[in-house]
Amino acid sequence: MELVYKKPEIISDTQPNNFCPGCMHSSTWKIISEVVEEMGLADKTVWVAGVGCVANAHRYIQLDRFGIGHGRGCAGASAFKRCNPETFVFTYQGDGDLAAIGLAETMSAANRGDNFTVIFVNNGTYGMTGGQMAPTTLIGQKTTTTPYGRTAEEHGYPMHMCEILNVLEAPSYIARVTTADVPNAKKAKQAVRDAFQHQLDGKGFSFVEFISNCPTNWGMTPLESLDHIHNTVLKEFPLGVFRNR
Amino acid sequence: MAKGKVEINIETCKSCLFCVETCPKKVLNYTEAVNKKGYQYVIPVNPDDCIGCAMCATICPEAAITVYRA
Repeated sequence: MELVYKKPEIISDTQPNNFCPGCMHSSTWKIISEVVEEMGLADKTVWVAGVGCVANAHRYIQLDRFGIGHGRGCAGASAFKRCNPETFVFTYQGDGDLAAIGLAETMSAANRGDNFTVIFVNNGTYGMTGGQMAPTTLIGQKTTTTPYGRTAEEHGYPMHMCEILNVLEAPSYIARVTTADVPNAKKAKQAVRDAFQHQLDGKGFSFVEFISNCPTNWGMTPLESLDHIHNTVLKEFPLGVFRNR
Repeated sequence: MAKGKVEINIETCKSCLFCVETCPKKVLNYTEAVNKKGYQYVIPVNPDDCIGCAMCATICPEAAITVYRA
């Protein structure tokens, strides 16, 4: 019989994957691993590890990486890419990392058009620290710091990073995708491939936002979290390719 | 004769059931038995119905599924 799908080699056979059951961080890493392997980039890749649940990927993803202070992923990636322009660099950051404490670094790197790729995982909460409110938390969503639900008067509105970056001149590729169902997972893979190709072509800053889930902190089963993404989250964060130039 | 075949690495399965929900032919389901981590892993309960579409492998977060097609 003909082989249709097998695990990418980059995902370790021996190291454990410590993400929670049904966490779409794992799906995102699977897509990145497949694309890196298909494009033959494994030997020249360095990824920049953000802070939070990303730490679970440190060992089971067999790619070179360096860690960096909370929120400074884009600053570190800019420096590394400028010093080593032949290296393939991407950052992997969550919403508390990229959209809250690292907002200045993200905007500055995007505005300079530094030639690397950002993978942004938006699950609407601070997963590892216990489910606090993030800038991307939906209005009405209950978190440990908004036990009665987020309100616009007190906490403001959810932050749309793709739309914010889309007003800048320099970024070359901006897309929002999800892995919550098979058709969207295939589109997500194509978006990652396009973003990586932009970097290889030297076009500048490329940004892919993954709408993700956090079953543990949302208080749902993995399957319920998929329904929540389709019924609620995607109405606030519409999918699509915002820029491809 | 089945058109496809799935192999599941039961030790990496975390029983999220995305594959069970996604499979168009309802080939997969979870078992009463548990793996080393305590998850009720998924196995192909109706392997003869498999068409090798690889939708389960595409949605599986753990990359635990290998798919073959005749």
